Amino acid sequence: MKKSWLWQAALIGAAGFAVWYFASNTAQNLEARRIASGFGFLSREAGFEIGETTFFSYSAADTYLRALAVGLANTFRIAALGIVLATLLGAAIGLARLAPNWLLARLAGAYVELLRNVPLLVQLFFWYALISENLPAPAEALNPLPGVFLSNRGLYFPLPGDFPELSGFNFTGGVGLTPEFAALLLGLVTYTAAFIAEIVRAGILSVPRGQVDAAYSMGLARRGAMRYIVLPQALRLVVPPLTSQYLNLTKNSSLAVAIGYPDLVSIANTTMNQTGQAIEGIVVIMAVYLTISLSISLVMNGYNRRVALRGVAR
Amino acid sequence: MRPVLAVLAALAVLCAAPAAAQSTLEAVSKKGHVQCGVNVGLAGFSQPDSQGAWKGIDVDVCRAVAAAVFGDASKVRYTPLTAQQRFTALQSGEVDILSRNTTWTITRDTSLGLNFVGVNYYDGQGFMVHAKRKVKSAKQLNGATVCVQPGTTTELNLADYFRSHNMKFKPVVIEKLEEVLNAYFSGRCDVYTTDVSGLVAVRASRATKPGEHIILPEVISKEPLGPAVRHGDDRWFDIVKWSLFAMIEAEELGLSSKNIEQQLTTTNPSIQRFVGASGDIGKMMGLDNRWAVNIVKQVGNYGESFDANLKPLGFERGINKLWTQGGLMYAPPIR
Amino acid sequence: MKWARENLFSSWPSALATFLICFLAWKLIPPFFHWAIGNAVWSAASAETCRAAEGQGACWAFIAEKHRFILFSTYPFEQQWRPALASLLLVLLWVLSAFRSMWRWWLSLVWLSGLGLIGALMWGGVAGLPYVENERWGGLILTLILASFGAALAFPLAILLALGRRSSLPALRALCIAYIELIRGVPLISVLFMASVLLPLFLPAGVSIDKLLRAQLALAAFAAAYLAEVVRGGLQAVPRHQSETAAALGMGYWRATWLVVLPQALRASIPPLVNTFIGFFKDTSLVLIIGLFDLLSTVKVSLQDAAWSGFGVEAYLFAAAVYFVFCYAMSAYSRSLETGPARGAGAKQALAEGDRLFASP
Repeated sequence: MKKSWLWQAALIGAAGFAVWYFASNTAQNLEARRIASGFGFLSREAGFEIGETTFFSYSAADTYLRALAVGLANTFRIAALGIVLATLLGAAIGLARLAPNWLLARLAGAYVELLRNVPLLVQLFFWYALISENLPAPAEALNPLPGVFLSNRGLYFPLPGDFPELSGFNFTGGVGLTPEFAALLLGLVTYTAAFIAEIVRAGILSVPRGQVDAAYSMGLARRGAMRYIVLPQALRLVVPPLTSQYLNLTKNSSLAVAIGYPDLVSIANTTMNQTGQAIEGIVVIMAVYLTISLSISLVMNGYNRRVALRGVAR
Repeated sequence: MRPVLAVLAALAVLCAAPAAAQSTLEAVSKKGHVQCGVNVGLAGFSQPDSQGAWKGIDVDVCRAVAAAVFGDASKVRYTPLTAQQRFTALQSGEVDILSRNTTWTITRDTSLGLNFVGVNYYDGQGFMVHAKRKVKSAKQLNGATVCVQPGTTTELNLADYFRSHNMKFKPVVIEKLEEVLNAYFSGRCDVYTTDVSGLVAVRASRATKPGEHIILPEVISKEPLGPAVRHGDDRWFDIVKWSLFAMIEAEELGLSSKNIEQQLTTTNPSIQRFVGASGDIGKMMGLDNRWAVNIVKQVGNYGESFDANLKPLGFERGINKLWTQGGLMYAPPIR
Repeated sequence: MKWARENLFSSWPSALATFLICFLAWKLIPPFFHWAIGNAVWSAASAETCRAAEGQGACWAFIAEKHRFILFSTYPFEQQWRPALASLLLVLLWVLSAFRSMWRWWLSLVWLSGLGLIGALMWGGVAGLPYVENERWGGLILTLILASFGAALAFPLAILLALGRRSSLPALRALCIAYIELIRGVPLISVLFMASVLLPLFLPAGVSIDKLLRAQLALAAFAAAYLAEVVRGGLQAVPRHQSETAAALGMGYWRATWLVVLPQALRASIPPLVNTFIGFFKDTSLVLIIGLFDLLSTVKVSLQDAAWSGFGVEAYLFAAAVYFVFCYAMSAYSRSLETGPARGAGAKQALAEGDRLFASP
C-alpha cells in the first residue's frame, strides 16, 4: 500500500475518533444534566416580545422559529443597507484620497487611519452612547422639519399621508428608526467604508499609468479618463477584496447583540437562554452565517471568473 | 509516521483523563472553596460593598454551604453572572451553586439541567415608572417603552400581561443590569420591570430622589427565588438544600449567631439534634456534625440575614415571614 | 503660494472643496476644543462638578477617578504594580521583535524567559509575591495577553493548515479547506459562544477548562484560519524551482519546507501577517460579550457606577485612544516593512496594499 494512503487513513481515523469522542461526551453530559436536545423547541411558543421587526409581524404568541426568522430578517435589513451605504461612502472617500486637493486628500487619509485602528465594538458603543445620552425625551423631541422628530426613542419621519405624532408614551405613525438600529448602522457603515476606501484607492492606483497617459493624450479630461478608462479596469481588481469586506460587514452585524438590536445572534441568544438548548442555538447561528457567506462567495467568484482580466490576474 | 503517532498519543492522554465523574462535594473539598454564581450587583441580594466584600441574602446561602462543608464561611469565591450567562455557567461546571435571585419554574427545573434547592425569597413581578408620567396603574401602560433583560421569566411575564390586557408595548432588551438601569433612568424607557424586590432595591440605591419613581401596585406573577445546583449530583443537592433549611429552622427554633454557643448544652431534643449533640445528621450528608452550628454561628439564621441585608433597604418581611407568623418560610424537620 | 495654488485651488471644484473644509473646520473645531480641553473638568472630588459642566465640558475627571479600575480591573489594589510591569514587559518584547536585527534563533529564548517572568509576576506565589488567581486579571494586561498568546498559538496551526491545504493528499486538503472555510464563514461571536458554552459539554464530566483558557483557544482557532490564508498566499509566492531544487538536493518534504520554502514564504507575507494581527488585536475586544474583563469591558463596567453614569462619550473616546495608539503603531510598522528594502512605487505598492486588504478582517 502506498504510504500516502496509510497517512490519510490514519488522519481520517484520528479525525473520526475525535468527533466520536466529543460527541459521546456531549451525549453523556446532556443526559446527566437532563438537558433537552433536538430541534423540537422550534415549534413551541416563544413568549417574548421583539423590539423591532422587518417585513413581517411578530407577537409573543408566535413560535421560536418565527422569532428566529424575524432575527434573520433584521440581520438582512442592516446588512443590505449597510453594504449599500458603506460602498457609497467608501468609494467617495477612496476617490477623495486621490483628489488633487491636498486638504481633501489628507482629511480622507485621517478618516481612514482613525477608523481602521479602533475596534468596531468601541465605535458601536461610542455611537450608541452619543445617541442615547444626548437626545431629549419624546416630550421634548427635536423637530427640525415638520413631521420629523428626533428623540432618545429614535428618529421618526413621515410617509405620505402618515405623520408621526406623540400619543401617550411614544410616537405612533410614520416610519421610525430606533437608536439601536441607528447606532449599529452608523458604526458598521463608517467602519467598513474606511476599508472600502483603501480597496478603491488600491484598485485605481493599480491601473497602469500608461492607460491614463494614453487617455489624456486622446483629449479626455481627468474626469473622462476616470470614468471610461480607469474605473472599469479598477472595478475588476476591486471585486474580490470588496466581497471580503461585504462578508465582514454581514458578520460584524452580529455585534448587534452588544447594543440590543434584535438581530439573529441576539434572538438566538435569548432562545438559548429560555430553552437551555445552547447547542441547537449555536448550530442555527453558524449554519445561517455559513450559508450566507458561502453563497455570497459563490456568486462573487462566478462574477469574478467572468470578468477577470487575463494577464493582470494575481 | 511520527506526527501521526504524536497525535494518537495526545488523544490517548485525553482519554486517560478522569473517566469516572467526580462528585461536586469531592471537587469542592479538593478545591478548598465553593464557587458561587451571584448577581453582578443587586442590592440586598448580592452586591460587593466598597471594600469589595460581597454581601446579600444570596451570598449568605453560599456562605452557609461553605460553613457546612469547610467550617469556614469565608471559603467562597464569587462569579458575577448576567441573566444570560447564569444557566450555562452552572451547567458547564463554572460554578457549584447558582445563588442569583433565580425564579423556580418547571421549565428550568426539568429541561435546563438544574435542580432548585428551595426558596429563599418569595417575590412577584412589578413595574416602576417615572412619577412625572402620572400613571397610577399598570393598566394605563399601553404603548409604553419597557426596559427588560433577556432570557428571564420577567420578559415572558411581561409579554403575557400585556397580551392578556390587549395592550401593546415596545421592549428595549438589554443584557447587562446596569445598562438596563441606565436606559430607564436616562429616559430611554418609560417603564422598568423586574421582581418587586429588585425594584425596591434599585430605587433605594440608584434614584437621585426616590419620590421621582413610583412602583405600581400590580404584582403580575409569582416569583419564588431560590438557589439551584446541577442535575445529577444528589449528595451536593442535599447539602445545599439543608444548609438553606438550617437557616430557616434556626430562626424557628430561636437560635441565632448570638446564642448558638450557649445552646450547645441544651436539653431541648430538637435543638440537640440541630447542634449535633445527638444523632449523626451531619455524617449522613458527609459533613461534620457541627455543620448547622457553623452555619448559624458564622452566617446567622434566616431572619438575621434578612435584617442585615434587606431591611436597611426598606424591605418588609411580608410573605417571607416564618409560617408560625403567617408567612411562607417553612423548613422540614431536622431529624 | 505656488504650492497653495497647485494643491488647494487647482480647479474650481477643488477651490470649492477647500473653502468648504475650511468653513467646517472653523465651525466645528473650536467648539470641540472648548469641550475637550478648554471647559473640560480634569479632576473633581465628585461627579457634581462634572454634571454641572455637562454639555459644555468633557468630564476627564471620570477617567482620572476610574483609571486604576479600567487598566487593572479587580486585581488587588496594592499589587497593581505587577500587571503594570507585566504590560510594559510584554510591549517591550513586541517592540524588540520588530527590529530585523533581532530575528535570530535566540529571540525565542528571549520570548520564553520574558513570558515566564510575566507569568510569575501575574500569578505570584513565588519570590514572596502573593498568589492572584486569573479570574481577577483584567484590563490592559488581559487584552495584551489574549492577543499575544492567541497569535502565538495560532501561528503554528496556521502554517500546518496552509501546508495541508496545498498538499496532494485529498483527505488532508479537504479537512484543511473545511476548517478554514468554516471558521472564516462564521462571526467571531459564534466561535466565542461555542467555546464558552459548548466546550465544557464536549469534555468528560469532571474535566473543566477555565474561562480565560476557553476564550484564548477560541481566539487562537479563529486567528489560525485567517493567518492560514495569508501564509498560503506567501507559499504561492515562492517560486516552484525552490522546492524542486531542494528535492534535487535530497531534502525530504519536511526539511525542504522548514529550511527553504517557509522562510521565504513568511518573509514575503510579513505585511499582511502584521495586518491580520492588527485585526486580531481589535477582535480581542469581543470577549466582553462572554463576560471576560478586557480593556473595553472594564471601561464599560466603570460606567456602571451610579455616581458616575452618563459619561459614556468620554469613556469610549479614552478606550478608542488606547486602542488607536497600539494599532496605529503596528500599522505604521507594517508600512515601513513594505517600503523598507526598495520597492517600486505606484502600482506595485498598491498591489501590496491590495494584498493587505484582502487579508485583513
